[in-house]
Amino acid sequence: MRLGLILGTLVFTLFVGALVSGYANASFTESLRALFVDDGTPLTVVMRDIRLPRALLAVMIGAALGMSGAAMQGYLRNPLAEPGLIGVSGAAALGAVLAIQTGLSASFALALPISALAMSVLGVLLILALAGPRGASITLILAGIAISALASALTSLVLNLSPNPFAAADIVFWMMGSLADRSFTHVWLALPFMLVGWGLLFSLGRGLNALTLGEDAAEAMGIRLPAMRLRLILGVAACVGAATAVAGAIGFVGLVVPHLLRPLVGARPSALLWASALGGAAMVLAADIAVRELLPDRDLKLGVLMALVGAPLFLHLIFKTRKEFA
Amino acid sequence: MTLLSLSDLSVRRGDCPVVDHVSFDVQAGECIGLIGPNGAGKTTLLRAALGLLAADGKSSLAALPAHDRARQVAWMPQAREIAWPVSVETLIALGRIPHLPRGSKLRHEDQVAIDAAINRMGLDAYRLRTATQLSGGEQARVLIARALAQDTPLLIADEPIAGLDPANQIATMDVFSGLARDGHSVLVSIHDLGLAARHCTRLLMINRGRLVADGPPAQVLTPENVEQVFGVSAFFQHTPDGPVFQPMTVIQ
Repeated sequence: MRLGLILGTLVFTLFVGALVSGYANASFTESLRALFVDDGTPLTVVMRDIRLPRALLAVMIGAALGMSGAAMQGYLRNPLAEPGLIGVSGAAALGAVLAIQTGLSASFALALPISALAMSVLGVLLILALAGPRGASITLILAGIAISALASALTSLVLNLSPNPFAAADIVFWMMGSLADRSFTHVWLALPFMLVGWGLLFSLGRGLNALTLGEDAAEAMGIRLPAMRLRLILGVAACVGAATAVAGAIGFVGLVVPHLLRPLVGARPSALLWASALGGAAMVLAADIAVRELLPDRDLKLGVLMALVGAPLFLHLIFKTRKEFA
Repeated sequence: MTLLSLSDLSVRRGDCPVVDHVSFDVQAGECIGLIGPNGAGKTTLLRAALGLLAADGKSSLAALPAHDRARQVAWMPQAREIAWPVSVETLIALGRIPHLPRGSKLRHEDQVAIDAAINRMGLDAYRLRTATQLSGGEQARVLIARALAQDTPLLIADEPIAGLDPANQIATMDVFSGLARDGHSVLVSIHDLGLAARHCTRLLMINRGRLVADGPPAQVLTPENVEQVFGVSAFFQHTPDGPVFQPMTVIQ
């Protein structure tokens, strides 16, 4: 409970921090007043239409990725599992790339996220068909790898054949992941999927706890593994598909956040679910503040920063684990 | 009261029967040892009886809905898996999952069952230790306590005492026979025939998927059965300190 309070406070503080950081030159109190009181200045528009949706998206995407990571790691009983493993983020990226390449994204604003979502639905259907209703978790991993590989091959093919260098550059930048210039439309597009995803993943807590003892013991304790797997795939897909559709590929959150928080919840998989949701939200908020404060005029991409911070963090975790086993 | 009833249970892998028309009943108050050489089909039989494996024939447990079954029988698989570094008490509390209403925290009766399981296995000093950092034998005892916390009429365990030291093997078998005296029943697969002879009220001997003998230890562990099924000769005598069974030499 204390951890919940600490993480909740952290998310709230970073949320306010995200609201008051940006290019528009305004003080802390001015910014917040403009958010709550419409005084007719452009600052209100900036606060309400640019910064608020951006901060909300950071919270939603962070929570979705963190929770998906915790669920995947718990289900596969492997601390190296991450949400991208089932191939949905790859499929969503392919959908987005197709929208950019065909020029559809230029014709209307939501074409890109909708195309990405459609492709992730296709990816989910494919993984359900491949991994089947029953079967060991290894089939799920293999099916995920196959879909990821296929999606990334097709994405490369699109880039490869792209006759237009500007579209190619657009694609590359989009794939780095960013929350810049998102609006409330993106929030409303992603929110329903994420709500469904959060609900599905949150319902896995009990089963994930039981899986600590292995699949056989969990099943004997009344956990229906096929149903659980279906909820996991759909939940992760809804979360990750929606996140990738509105923000591009943002890695490492789902991998690192559960890792960092696991010792703080006594390693209980059910507690790790909500803790990782809060932790993921905090991490993406912090990173999105950093990209605006570190290089304000260079449009540093969120996904790039995340990988820059995430990789060394992960190395540190590896060294710590090695020490424990030595 | 019958806690488990198998009739004509068969499991096939391809054309080869791994479990071949096995029938037996388990009554309350029995401590049953399932014995047989490697590959005889012990694990397959237990998993099929639980309904974890598709099988022909009837098993009263497999016929139950998953949720009801989990209140009838606790299962301790051979693979002693502890995936996360949780505390011993947290791990043992997992045994209460079938009894907890959805979303509920541990209630008073759950804590009572957990404490009883911890006391039975003598794990009080280990409560706050990290389960993954214990030795193999200690982990085995923690996992048995987990199954006991499930507080079911029947406990089925696959080689629960493999890898334990002699004192803990005997103590664990004492726990099982104590459970049987309290009116629970225990069905364990076991390779140590000496311990099986001393602690079990009944033995099931299987060979190549078939139930070869079923009865009290003295009737099952006859020289002919032991030679035919295990390929060894054995010393078996009733002494003032109870039955003593010791395999002696391999018979070619």
